[in-house]
Amino acid sequence: MSDTSEVVLQALERRRAEPTQLLQILREVQEELDWISPETTHSVAAGLGIPATQVESVVQFYSFLYEQPRGRYRILVSDNITDRMLGSLTLFEHMLKRLKLRRAEASADGAVSVDLTSCTGMCDQGPALLVNNRPVTRLTARRVDEICDLVRGDVPLAEWPADYFRVEDNIRRADALLGSRYEPGSGLRAAIALGRQGMLDEMKRSNLRGRGGAGFATAVKWESCRNAPGAERYIVCNADEGEPGTFKDRVLLTSFAERIFEGMAIAGFTVGAANGLLYLRGEYRYLLEPLEAKLESMRRDRRLGASICGAQGFDFDIEIHLGAGAYICGEESALIESLEGKPGKPRIRPPFPVTAGYLGKPTVVNNVETLVEATVVALQGGRIFAGHGTRHSAGTKILSVSGDCARPGIYEYPFGVRVEQVLKDCGAADVVAVQISGPSGICLTPDEFRRHIAFEDVPTAGAFMIFGKERDLFEVARNFTYFFAHESCGFCTPCRVGTTLMRDALDKIADGRGSRYEINELMRLAELLRRTSHCGLGQTAGNPVRDTWLKFRPAYERRLIRGDFDPAVDLDAALTRAREIAGRDDAGAHIGAEQ
Amino acid sequence: MSESAETPALPKVRIATTSLAGCFGCHMSFLDIDERILDLMKIAEFDRSPITDIKHCSPCDIALIEGGVCNAENAHVLREMRANAKILVAIGACAINGGLPAMRNRLDVGDILNEVYRDLDGVQSHVPNDPELPLLFDKVYPVNEVVRVDYFIPGCPPSADAIWKYLNDLILGRMPRLDHSLLHYD
Repeated sequence: MSDTSEVVLQALERRRAEPTQLLQILREVQEELDWISPETTHSVAAGLGIPATQVESVVQFYSFLYEQPRGRYRILVSDNITDRMLGSLTLFEHMLKRLKLRRAEASADGAVSVDLTSCTGMCDQGPALLVNNRPVTRLTARRVDEICDLVRGDVPLAEWPADYFRVEDNIRRADALLGSRYEPGSGLRAAIALGRQGMLDEMKRSNLRGRGGAGFATAVKWESCRNAPGAERYIVCNADEGEPGTFKDRVLLTSFAERIFEGMAIAGFTVGAANGLLYLRGEYRYLLEPLEAKLESMRRDRRLGASICGAQGFDFDIEIHLGAGAYICGEESALIESLEGKPGKPRIRPPFPVTAGYLGKPTVVNNVETLVEATVVALQGGRIFAGHGTRHSAGTKILSVSGDCARPGIYEYPFGVRVEQVLKDCGAADVVAVQISGPSGICLTPDEFRRHIAFEDVPTAGAFMIFGKERDLFEVARNFTYFFAHESCGFCTPCRVGTTLMRDALDKIADGRGSRYEINELMRLAELLRRTSHCGLGQTAGNPVRDTWLKFRPAYERRLIRGDFDPAVDLDAALTRAREIAGRDDAGAHIGAEQ
Repeated sequence: MSESAETPALPKVRIATTSLAGCFGCHMSFLDIDERILDLMKIAEFDRSPITDIKHCSPCDIALIEGGVCNAENAHVLREMRANAKILVAIGACAINGGLPAMRNRLDVGDILNEVYRDLDGVQSHVPNDPELPLLFDKVYPVNEVVRVDYFIPGCPPSADAIWKYLNDLILGRMPRLDHSLLHYD
């Protein structure tokens, strides 16, 4: 029996040969075999009894699954703007040169490939990279050289210096959530004492709103799921923290995992769900073993499993699914598709997940932070919880602060905090802009720094990227637009085509060939995307360009040509090949610039 | 009522048209407006166009461009049209995206010329090099990568009704808009 079929068989067995586990099976197989060969595709398809094309569609959708060999060491340099501001691109080029590689191509000996990837969530300790999905933080030229030597010496990852893989929490300001002492099981016991209806009532009193960005009332979501017809229900924790500049869930998953799981169990108790799924982004693969260990120990203390904390009928357990490098899976219906082992393309809503979610069953999808907040509500009661923050934004919010400041990291504030307060606390000086809530959020300038972080003013999922006076906001917007063009799932035309057209127009401007015409096109496209895209990705993909054009217009204008229009191509150069073949060099064989 | 209240006749709208790397299908579709061309002629006149056989464009209001840009002559014609027209409209799939002629973009233009001219046993053994012949670009480019384009009429070809509606909107100063019925082809 060949190596491939053995590895595939084992993965199939571990995953009970269920087609819904397709993504997990492929991920596990690739960890052993380094890529998904046609042979692998066919054995997986045969083993699951599904068409090979279905397997291919999944492999092609996810960035971290490879149809071509990409080496035994697959290095992906994080390409968020915060990494770039710390010099990631220079290090990336340096690494390619040292290893004599071209971007995304495996070396001739099949040892290594180097590519860029979307934000890996290490913005406060970048520049960062992933090597076989394990993060290496705080890159320097020296560290890059050392990594090249380790790769060339074929040293197994397990023997690399542990310090490379050190990921800090960097909690700089703790409040009600991060700062409180938590006794394991206390949230569960409090919820049990309140009873299912009592817990829901406390959630209503708390006015807790979802922390993933949209701010939907959590109690309404839970109640709708509880009331939806159906015998089986699911609680899904959205830990696909993909918004560039956001890393607070990583810290919660690292140091507050039991509270996340208890929050999920409380949600299960309240809505009558026995199954929980945690969708962990592929970039956080390194957290899988610690999280599985936490689940095991919670099962041992009866904080998960049957009759939790001795309460008859309170059965709940949790399974962890990994993503594979697709930002779009943070959208809840795309996430559910991915959980079912399919490409993560957003569903048409309604029906909403609360009535038809995972496997068509009523499903609550909550952000990591929201679920931890549920334990706070269980312990404090809704009224006290609602007493913090602002009128429409109860409680506290965890911010992921990165960029130009002395102390990047995690900051928890009661809702309503002013942007200028956060800037002062993190030691940011001479700030020209703050990008709140990632590329899909809003770009604020100093005249707006007295605004408040709250759903009623500046809503956020948590990202807080700071740009100092040396920064070029045109390049920031271009980086964000590249991100959207790369992450568009391709399902709807406005987003698939529009994000690429925007990217190309910005490239033309960056190249010194852009004019007002391109600016008009960009604004038209941004509006078209906003109005006609299927999901939030496309609807917000034009925001960075629109915001920065309004607020940093000279950064664009100094790149624009004086004239009306410049071709996208060098026409004379485009005739070179034909001149060569025809052996001509007369005047008619050239085409000059327009007068 | 005084006689001077009569509206003075507006000068006729001057329209130029050309087919670059296209198949003239868009022009044929334009002719499919049939007798409506007589109504058009009451308010418009043609500059350079296959209809008039005028060779060079002079200042005009609207230029309709069919086809993409595949050779140096296409680029010269297009630039002349742009320099003379107030409004330039890319009409049809080839002008907008390169269309069928752009299927050669995957191939090297040198390989294509060799394949077509050089390897013909006993017939011809060199790629034509007469200076009168325009050279091919490495790729077929959509019109908007070579000059600024003001409007795009999609379709392969756009129907006569779509062209009629679009032209009327442009001439009457309305934002051109094609309803779904003029845009779907199934």
